[in-house]
Amino acid sequence: MSVDSTPDQTTGDGSATDALPQRRRATLVDHAIRYGFLGLLLGLIVFFSIFASGFAGPRSAVFIFQSVAITGILALGVTCTLVVGGFDLSIGSVATSSMMLAAYMMVILEQSAFVTILACLAMGAFIGLVNGLLIVKTKVPDLLATLGMMFLLVGLQRIPTEGRSIATGMTLPDGSTAEGTFSPFFLAMGRHRIDLVLENLIPVSVIFLIVIGILVWIFLEMTRHGRLMYAIGSNERAASLTGTNVNKYKIMAYMISGTLASVGGMLLAARLGRGDIASGTNLLLDAVAAALIGFAVLGAAKPNAFGTAMGALFVGILLQGLTMMNAPYYTQDFIKGLVLVIALVFTFSLSARKTGSH
Amino acid sequence: MSTLSCRISAIDKAFGDNRVLRKLSLDLPAGTVTALMGANGAGKSTLVKILSGVHARDGGSIELLGAPFAPATPSQAIRAGVVTVHQNINDGVIPDLDVASNLMIDQLAERQYGFMIKRARLLAEASKVAARMGLDDIDVRTQVSELGVADRQLIAIARAMAHEPKLLILDEPTSSLSAAEAERLFTLIETLKSHGVAILYISHRMSDIRRIADRVVSMRDGEISGVFEGPEIDYEGAVQAMLGHRMTEVDITIPPAGQPVVSLRDVRLKVDSPAFSLDLGDNEIVVVTGLLGSGKTALAQALFGMAPPHAGTVLLDGKPFAPKSPGDAVRRGVFMSPKDRASNAVIQDFDLARNMTVPFLSRYGRLAFIDRRKERRTAQDMIDTLSIVCQSETDGIGTLSGGNQQKVMLGRWLAQPSRLLILDEPFQGVDIRARRDIGRKIRETARDRATLVLVAELDEAFEIADRIVVFHDHAAAAEFRNENIDVNAVLAAVTGSPADARGKSRQAA
Repeated sequence: MSVDSTPDQTTGDGSATDALPQRRRATLVDHAIRYGFLGLLLGLIVFFSIFASGFAGPRSAVFIFQSVAITGILALGVTCTLVVGGFDLSIGSVATSSMMLAAYMMVILEQSAFVTILACLAMGAFIGLVNGLLIVKTKVPDLLATLGMMFLLVGLQRIPTEGRSIATGMTLPDGSTAEGTFSPFFLAMGRHRIDLVLENLIPVSVIFLIVIGILVWIFLEMTRHGRLMYAIGSNERAASLTGTNVNKYKIMAYMISGTLASVGGMLLAARLGRGDIASGTNLLLDAVAAALIGFAVLGAAKPNAFGTAMGALFVGILLQGLTMMNAPYYTQDFIKGLVLVIALVFTFSLSARKTGSH
Repeated sequence: MSTLSCRISAIDKAFGDNRVLRKLSLDLPAGTVTALMGANGAGKSTLVKILSGVHARDGGSIELLGAPFAPATPSQAIRAGVVTVHQNINDGVIPDLDVASNLMIDQLAERQYGFMIKRARLLAEASKVAARMGLDDIDVRTQVSELGVADRQLIAIARAMAHEPKLLILDEPTSSLSAAEAERLFTLIETLKSHGVAILYISHRMSDIRRIADRVVSMRDGEISGVFEGPEIDYEGAVQAMLGHRMTEVDITIPPAGQPVVSLRDVRLKVDSPAFSLDLGDNEIVVVTGLLGSGKTALAQALFGMAPPHAGTVLLDGKPFAPKSPGDAVRRGVFMSPKDRASNAVIQDFDLARNMTVPFLSRYGRLAFIDRRKERRTAQDMIDTLSIVCQSETDGIGTLSGGNQQKVMLGRWLAQPSRLLILDEPFQGVDIRARRDIGRKIRETARDRATLVLVAELDEAFEIADRIVVFHDHAAAAEFRNENIDVNAVLAAVTGSPADARGKSRQAA
């Protein structure tokens, strides 16, 4: 009693002898929805390769990857919270807090890179835990809980330095001078490039993005934990009545999100080499946009790691190409917004088609 | 009987390759209750959706009081005089508004109503509608969310009546009503009938159909397969026309009961409910029945770790059993397939196979990784054993009919051995054929576990039980072995004292 939603059903069953033209048209639309976004991505690459000189080439490709590495990592975290039917608005401020913490640990407390990294990861996980507990235990709606956390962190990260950025040689509130420096190892996370065919080609941050992307993809698609998280996102009550510990998985999702955001913050600190109070303002919106654009990839109509990575890449390619074609910088947010709206229309008109016949 | 309210001529409807209605023709005379029977997937709901303006027909014509009728939207259908009360009660009412606003909501939605709400007039008109419908005991200023299921149902119907319909469609209206409440609804229907309204009454319940229908129409595979009218309606013939074969009585051979698997000792489900004890034996199928609000669900929730009983002890295989969560219960081998599968069991985003494997994912593969091939094989086995009608195990769960979805939910819990299997309303929204399949499968697999089935309908209880326990006031009130059973005695136990029954169920709803 419903419209077939998977396009490959036509091939499988022998009973469909009288294939109606209507059916073929439906399959065509299904294909368009499934591969439309990837096709668009491909078309974009071809377009810029022809019209933007210098766009096609390994250096340019790497630059695009690097530009989306940090938002991509954050977006993968927010994808996990979207999977359980939640939302994490605090990721941007978790990332900037992590950046400030990293700078504070090394520049002011003169700690090693190792201790700094552990502290940042622990902070991200802890904030995720608090978010999760707020949502699960005190029943604060996810958007509001993480919005509150966002405000709290934006303020908190400025308190230790009385609102100033952190850099070696800065004057501390007590009058002394900060003597510590960023450890070279830590800075390498954001700056070092690995030779691959070409010298100094691949930045470490891009490797972080790819590894984290693959890990999140495997976790969500191939493990039972990911499967149960999707089940919770689709029907929380049904999932809990199969014996799934819904609260545990929700908290876990927010902890993953917080931890990944702290990784993003560390990469930002390593790239900048200081705790810059003014940077990272766009992280939240860019990451959320990438995750939501990801809904439209392969017609998934749901949060997914591959789509998120493609969404981040899509935005990166679009902006890089337009920049190389001399589009003014202030049009960037407008274009990002436009892409997001189009992707959302894709996604939700599609899911309406899927369920509309019931 | 003389005038024709609605004439449906040769309408067609297809979804892709699936021809749901095939040249269906049906006349609905004014002042008559036409009962429509059909197995799930016969096309009943599609017919209703075409009449109520949700779907457009592909071909054919419909006349309403002689004028052509082709609603493009539900509100057009309502304005033309075709009013539908859907099965899902919460589709019919808005819980956060008061009764008066609910009754008048369609007027409020019309443009000519104006910008401001005229409160006094609204209350007055709503009271008039309520009084006409015999709902005098409900204060129209009450929030609908404070009312029970049955009252909500009556309000949804009363709301429909505010339009003075020419054709009223009731889709499974009694599915959540107690006997007394259903009787109230039937009185209402008779009033409407005398006003010349044509009524299309869709139900699976033979007792309702016997009580209320003037004619019975059977549907099968998108066509009308039989119309039965006259002073003596051939109900058996109608069932046969619907199913293609005659209803046969199910023979039950009661196996010797094994050791008690679950023992409830002096359990109180509510603070003020009487204490009771109950044993559920190995190999045994115990059906607990009772009216809405008699405590069946509370019993299931206590055993499945959702709400512990207020007093008493529960033993599982002789050991204390007090699960703190469903997960706890599942680990101890107590499984439950909940009622209302759409909200409690089905995971819409998952395909058939994934819906089946949710509770026992850790058994499909090493570490946390899922072995998809193993998962699929399990699903295919279950599709075969439960004869689930589908294209493959990767079908979206939403593409299956209600009966097949229910089979998937059953398969979810049959895939692993259990000590106690609780099935809460396993026949809800399921056609008779699927009901027989499910019942047979429950009986076939009943060895080496205790099975507890909760149903409201006695027919269903007789079909599958070894032992029937009647619940009343949150406690076991009577017990029957399902052998030469005295139906009247069971009925008497179910209803308790008739005056009492309605009050109890409304209070608890």
